[in-house]
Amino acid sequence: MGLVREFYRSTVGKKMAMALSGIVLVLFVLGHMAGNLKIFAGVDLATGDYKIDDYGRFLRAMGAEMLGHSGVLWIVRVVLLACVVIHALTGIQLASLNRRAKPVGYEVRSYRSANAASLTMLYGGLFLMVFITYHILHFTTGTVHFRGFVEGEVYSNVYSAFQNYGIAGFYVVAMALLALHLYHGTWSMFQTLGVDTPRWNKGIRTAAKIVAVAMFLGFSSVPVGISIGALPAPIAQAGTN
Amino acid sequence: MNLTLFVWRQKNADAQGGFERYEISDVSEDSSFLETLDMLNLRLVESGQPTVAFEHDCREGICGSCSMSINGRPHGPKKLTTACQLHMRNYKDGDVIYVEPFRARAFPVVKDLVVDRSAFDRIQQAGGYVSVNTGAAPEANANAIEKDKADEAFDAAACIGCGACVAACPNGSAMLFTAAKVTHLSLLPQGQPERSARVLDMVHTMDAEMFGGCTNHGECQEACPKGISIKYISQLNRDFLSSTVKKALSLRGKMQSQ
Repeated sequence: MGLVREFYRSTVGKKMAMALSGIVLVLFVLGHMAGNLKIFAGVDLATGDYKIDDYGRFLRAMGAEMLGHSGVLWIVRVVLLACVVIHALTGIQLASLNRRAKPVGYEVRSYRSANAASLTMLYGGLFLMVFITYHILHFTTGTVHFRGFVEGEVYSNVYSAFQNYGIAGFYVVAMALLALHLYHGTWSMFQTLGVDTPRWNKGIRTAAKIVAVAMFLGFSSVPVGISIGALPAPIAQAGTN
Repeated sequence: MNLTLFVWRQKNADAQGGFERYEISDVSEDSSFLETLDMLNLRLVESGQPTVAFEHDCREGICGSCSMSINGRPHGPKKLTTACQLHMRNYKDGDVIYVEPFRARAFPVVKDLVVDRSAFDRIQQAGGYVSVNTGAAPEANANAIEKDKADEAFDAAACIGCGACVAACPNGSAMLFTAAKVTHLSLLPQGQPERSARVLDMVHTMDAEMFGGCTNHGECQEACPKGISIKYISQLNRDFLSSTVKKALSLRGKMQSQ
């Protein structure tokens, strides 16, 4: 254990903890974004259910034979929560170390390669924690939904929520900030883990851009699509879950 | 040309510093930035005022002494150039220039533009060396080194330890310096015996000296007068991880026999 503590005590070890937890979170966010796009898949003609509602049921039923209903889902949730805690605590620790290391700035400040993404990682991260909390209370528990939340009816819950332009706009802004965070984070984790080399650098930088843009467009397409009326109003469900 | 200089004046490490405004006329575009400060100091002497303290030695861009930030950029606006090699032709008549010491907690101001960079020496002492046996010189061609390895090691070894990377970093991180010093030895066969201990010791010393952590802004690489790439930081990270694993799997010590 001494070696692990020694490793984590160094700024390099802390950065690696951030990178490793970051990888898990990026992969989750990518999967989440892809899953959301099922909202555009419409209704399953055979059952009359929305495909995204079926997808929600699938996520809860996944591995039910082995771990019981929602078993796998809970494991994923616990792992994600652990990653968020590690990522946030380490990030805050590093930010305070960095701030102490540079107590006085320059009268005239001109950055050459630091950008809006790299300079706002802490604030972006803190905002995302608030956003994630709101988002879970909004669509998972329905606590702050206020527009007729019915557990399991994903399509109608999302549709009714984004009837409010304010909420839809807030989600789009949040996704822009997420994209900014990921644009720096995705490249950064390769550099931190020492995987980045001059040969790979261009590809990794491009991949980070693609991830950021795809994430923004993919996630935003749902609130935007509903706001501009591209998705039809929900039909009364044939069967309840 | 005529310039307005705002120069950071600070009596000593504990004193409160502040900017002093100086109008300086007839600056030749062929003079260097340090020569302009020399001129300023001559005029200050003539008028009986205390001169501006700044560090300098070789004035040819290889000693790394001229630790000052000009308009917020270590060594000034020109890439791959130290302050002593920065010529006034990069400025134009009427320019306003702020001159400050390198800013970082690990580099306390000694006086005016002079900072104490001995933290770098302590990082270096923690592992920036190779063991060489005394006695007869080894056969020069006994250690074959690939050309590209040698070049890469040399690029890292070009570090003059000026501290511009720390000064430019928004976190006051010394990762580029430490990475250059670790890597230029770890790429070569002579550096292998201490390779693992070197990277661990130098990184821990760097942290203990209160430098910040790397958040990959890339400002250091832009400021480095020797053009050292952040690829060496990636290499350092890789070495740090593998050395920790190696240490965990080390056979030093004893085991219980059940």
